[in-house]
Order: sequence, then C-alpha cells, then structure tokens
Amino acid sequence: MTTAADKKNREWLITGPSLIWLLLFFVIPTLIVFAIAFKPSTPFGGIGAGWTLTTLFDLSNPNYPAIIWRTVWISLVSTIICLLLAVPCGYCIARARRRSRNILLMLVIVPFWTNFLIRIFAWKVLLHPEGLLKQALVFLHLCSPDATLLYNSAAVLLVIIYTYLPFAILPIYAAAEKFDYSLIEASRDLGATRFRSFTHVFLPGISRGVWTAALMVFIPALGAYVIPDIVGGPAGEMIGNKIAQRTFVDRNLPHASALAALLTLAVMIPLMITLVRNRLPETDHRKKGKRIVE
Amino acid sequence: MSDFLVFEGVSKRYGETQAVDSVTFSINRGEIFSLLGPSGCGKTTLLRCCAGFEDPDSGRIILDGKDITGLPPHRRKVNTVFQNYALFPHLSIRENIAFGPRTAGWTRGETDKEVSRMLELIQMEEYADRKVTEISGGQKQRIAIARALINRPQVLLLDEPLAALDLKLRQRMLVELDSIHDEVGITFVYVTHDQGEAMGISDRIAAMNLGHIEQIGTPAEIYEAPRSSFVAAFIGDTNFFDGTVTEVMDGSYCRLRIDGFPDVLAWNDKGLQVNNAVHLSLRPEKFNISREQPDALPNRNVVQGTVEDIIYLGSHTKYWVRVEDYRLGIHHQHSRYLLDTRPITWNEKVWISWFADDSYMMERYKPEDENLLVLPDMEVEEEVLPV
Ligand SMILES: Nc1ncnc2c1ncn2[C@@H]1O[C@H](COP(=O)(O)OP(=O)(O)O)[C@@H](O)[C@H]1O
Ligand SMILES: [Mg+2]
Repeated sequence: MTTAADKKNREWLITGPSLIWLLLFFVIPTLIVFAIAFKPSTPFGGIGAGWTLTTLFDLSNPNYPAIIWRTVWISLVSTIICLLLAVPCGYCIARARRRSRNILLMLVIVPFWTNFLIRIFAWKVLLHPEGLLKQALVFLHLCSPDATLLYNSAAVLLVIIYTYLPFAILPIYAAAEKFDYSLIEASRDLGATRFRSFTHVFLPGISRGVWTAALMVFIPALGAYVIPDIVGGPAGEMIGNKIAQRTFVDRNLPHASALAALLTLAVMIPLMITLVRNRLPETDHRKKGKRIVE
Repeated sequence: MSDFLVFEGVSKRYGETQAVDSVTFSINRGEIFSLLGPSGCGKTTLLRCCAGFEDPDSGRIILDGKDITGLPPHRRKVNTVFQNYALFPHLSIRENIAFGPRTAGWTRGETDKEVSRMLELIQMEEYADRKVTEISGGQKQRIAIARALINRPQVLLLDEPLAALDLKLRQRMLVELDSIHDEVGITFVYVTHDQGEAMGISDRIAAMNLGHIEQIGTPAEIYEAPRSSFVAAFIGDTNFFDGTVTEVMDGSYCRLRIDGFPDVLAWNDKGLQVNNAVHLSLRPEKFNISREQPDALPNRNVVQGTVEDIIYLGSHTKYWVRVEDYRLGIHHQHSRYLLDTRPITWNEKVWISWFADDSYMMERYKPEDENLLVLPDMEVEEEVLPV
C-alpha cells in the first residue's frame, strides 16, 4: 500500500527535474528581465547601479499606445482568422480516411521543413510590387497597379496567419480526432440541425483544442518581431520591434526590459484565463467523484 | 392500431455487404417490438434507417401513415437510445435531458417542468446537476432514455441499450424499461442479440439473420413454433432430428424414421405425406428423464440412453444423454426437494420420454448457412465438463 504522502513524494520526484529546468532557464531569466526594468541605464548601453522608476515613466512615450494597440489587434484578428480556418481544417483531417488523413497532416507539417526566415522572405518576394502575387492580382483586376501589398499591417497579419495556422490546426485536429461523432448523431436525433449540432455539440466538445490553438497563435503573435520587421515596415511595427530597437539601436536595456515585462504580463493574462478555465471542471469532478453511487 | 410503423421492402447495402435485404414488416402502436439476431445481421442498420442516419437503397418507411423515408433525422418524430448512450459530456444531466426541448424552442417553464417529470420517471432527481462523467452505467442508461422520451417521440428506438451493463443490472434495467414503457405508452423498437432480453420485454419479436427477417411472432410463438432451424437454435437450446415420414396416422400424428435414432412419433401439423423429409426440433425441457420405464401411452415416445454429462444448476439440471448416434440435451426441473431423492448420475441407463405433440417440424436451414447457426449454450457447456 502506498499512502497519499508517498504518492505525493513520487510526483515531486518525477516532475522535479523539469521544474528545476523551468526555474533555471525560464522563471529566473524572466525575473531578471523584470528586475532590469527597475534599473537605471548607462550611456554605454550597460545597466547602472541602484533602483529607479524612471524607465517605467518612459513607457508613456506617445508612440507606444498606437503600437501596443496595433500589436493587440493584429494578434487578436490573426487568432480569430486562424481559428476560423483551423476548425474546418482540423475537422476535415480528423474525418478523412486514414490514408488521406496522413497525407493532409503531412501537408500541414511540410512548411516546417523550410526555414522560417526563408519562408517569410518568400512572402516578401510574393507581395513585392513586382512580385508574383501582386502581378497576378493586378492581372485579374483584383487590385490597382499602385496598391501596396507590402509594408503595412495587412501584410503582417497575412504572414502571421500563414506562419501560425499549422500550430492552430494541430491541436484542433487532435481534439477533433478524439471527439465522439456519435454525439453529433445524438444531437441530430434530438432535433438539432447540422449547424446547431456543430455549434452546440462539436465546438464545446473540442473546446480545449480550440483554446490551445488560440494560445498557440495569440501568444507568438503578441511577441512577433521577425515578421513585422521583414514585411511590416514602419507602418506595420509591433511591440516586438520596439523591444529590439531599444536593445540594439538605443542600447537601453532597462527600457527594453520594461517593454518585455509588459509583454510578458500581457501574455500571462490570457494564459492564466485558459488555465483556470481548463482546470475548473477537472477539480470539480474530483471533488464530486467520490459521491458516485450505484 | 396496427401498421403504425411500416417497413416496405427496405434494403441497404455497404459495398459487398447486403446489410438489410428487402425487409417488410409492420409494428403496432404502443408495442415493444424487438429485432433479435446475431451480431452483423443488420439490426442496427434497420434502426438507423428508421432514425434517418442511413438512407435505404430501396424501400419505404412509413410512420403513422406518413412516408418518412427521405426525411433528415431532426425532422422525424423518432428518438434513439444509443448503445454507448452518447450523452453530451459538456452538459449536466439536467441539460442533457433538456437538449431536445431547448432545440425545439420550448418555453423555459415548460422545459423545466418536463425535465423534472422525466427525472422523476427515471428516479434520478438528486443527480440532476451532476456531470455525465460522474454517474454509473445504469444511470447513464436511464438519462439516455429520459433524454429521448422528453421529446414525446412517436417511436423510441433502443439499440442494444443494456449491452454495456453487467448481468444483474441488466435484469433490473429490463424491468425498469418495461415499467417506463407502461407509463409512457410509446412504441418501442428494441434491438438486441440477447434472446433472454428480447423474450423478457417484447410483445413481439422479429428474429433476423443475414439481413432478412426469419420470423415474427410473440416470444412464445418464436420459442415454441420456430419457423426455421435458425430461429430454433438462436432462441434457446434445442435438439434437431432429420427424418422421413414412414406412416401417417389419423389424429394428425405421423411416424418418422431417423438415421441413428429409434423411430419417433410426431405431431403432423404440416400435413406431411409418406416419404416427405422432416426437420424436427425438440426443446430440452420437453423431455422427461427417469430411472424407471414410463407407462406407454399412444402419443408418447420412449427411448433408452446413457447419461454422459450433467450440469447441476440448482433449479434444474442439464443432462446430455447418448441415444444411439444422438446426444440429447435435456433440462430436468427439480419440482421436489432434491436431497431426499437419489439423483441420476453419470453413465446411468435412463429412460427418456416425450409426447409427440411437443416436438415441432420446421424448415431446415440452408446448408450453406449452417455455420451461422449459433448454439452458444451447447458449445460453452460442453467445455465445462463436471469433474
Ligand atoms: N458503415 C458501414 N460500412 C460498411 N459496412 C457496414 C457498415 N455498417 C454496417 N456494416 C455491415 O453491415 C452488416 C450489418 O451490420 P449491423 O446492422 O451493424 O448489424 P447488427 O447491428 O445486427 O450487429 C454487417 O456485416 C456490418 O459489417
Ligand atoms: Mg448492432
């Protein structure tokens, strides 16, 4: 017989190494970044002695609200569009026959075989005024010859969606694959149309997958730096670009840290909401589970 | 009254498999009608055609005078209790039951009232706010029934509703299902491969095999007067004999010659003539087994044999008795206090007798389908030889 305490000890033993890893390479660096935000900067790009709140006041830079707003809306919109595309994709892959399912999954994963930077540069080539996509759209009279596809928020949005769509499809596919489709029949049997079965049975059934997918897009999008840097231009700048500028151009590490801390907090909040949402039913279940009778 | 739900030449094919083969029958309003047959005989397919999940390749399904063949599932006044229950895991028990009414747009008050009534019917009021994952199999079963019944369907379809439960619970749920049926008076179509369940709950049974219906009748008709050897073997244990008529007597009896068995007298309800071939079924409980030779009676068959195997089952004992080339299965009911008697034991010479009226003539099943005859009891018990 193992007691509850034994079991608890063993749990600690098993999770211990990964906890230490997380602590050393994730929690402590993050705390250091938070700490640097309260340090003064030196003119040579170093970190001064003592503590100060001036950096935090510097965050009231009049440029920031616009950039933060752009960061948030690009992230939100790209998350929503990714979900709208990923749910039907995940569903179709999960419902496909085994052979075609493997092929479809391959197609989702294939882009990862090409370097991320190369793929973004490829988009730059496509969207370029002389690029293939632009030329094609002009040829089809879908856009005027002097419209710009590159160096704006829309380009950033497009490439973020392109980049993170596979990350949204995979968790939704995983959930849709585990979903019990006899529930759809049950709901149809109880009088629901196809659409109502989809919204009232399928979506709640894969909600965990959808939440995971949302995080997989939203969080990297908030911190996006390379994509707006390459296809965004000044009009498509996001907060990630500002952090990079403060670090490499202004050599003001405390300022960069303060921005990074802000971003970290912004990421933590949706993460926490999801964690709480996903945990609630489980704890509920454990509490009541003891009372099962029959 | 009759012909409430009619299947007219319904066929369904999956690739090479003819799952349902031009089936025609009708179900009366308010009855419990069972589709009984071995696994893969097309019961579920027939039920799914009725619920609207499958489109029959040909044929029509008529419910209360209306052709429902092409209607989508949500437009049929038919509800299903699924084998795995298919309860919605993201909803509480109350919300599961309220799913149909909410979809149909009932008012809140009416929905709440009906849900409470249903919870009362299945005696699960105190569990109403539990999650589906927090209840036992038997309770899930009841929720599935309530969730279907609340929509006041014209027909309730039940696909092996008790298959996932253990034996004890299965018997209790069967009684409960019967009382729910008495209460709501809705027509039940009950699919099962378990002859005990079907016999226990049904008003009528359709015995199915290989996508078609072998026989429709009350449980007693199906058991006592099986139309074919398939039905006789699938529903209960039986002994088969192949013989030829050698003499037709007045009073509707005939004498049969059977290879490897003494001549027997049988009731000639089929009006057979001399030299006609006969396939005869004799249920194990129709035999009388005794140490003493029974009195000769004009319509009584008496043969002698040797006891080979015995299984004592409390209320009755199963004997396997060798009579020439045949091994007869015999059930002997203990109507007297057993310990005061000297029970028959192994290798004893015994007298077997039965009345000519108690055997039943039937169609012999096509030889190529013979391997589909399922004789579950016989097979299992021969392995469990008493020590
Ligand atoms: N979706 C399907 N695809 C292919 N074959 C099927 C399908 N559903 C059922 N079958 C076949 O049809 C036959 C009848 O199946 P079913 O109606 O489920 O039988 P039962 O419910 O009596 O066990 C079986 O041989 C089965 O393999
Ligand atoms: Mg079945």
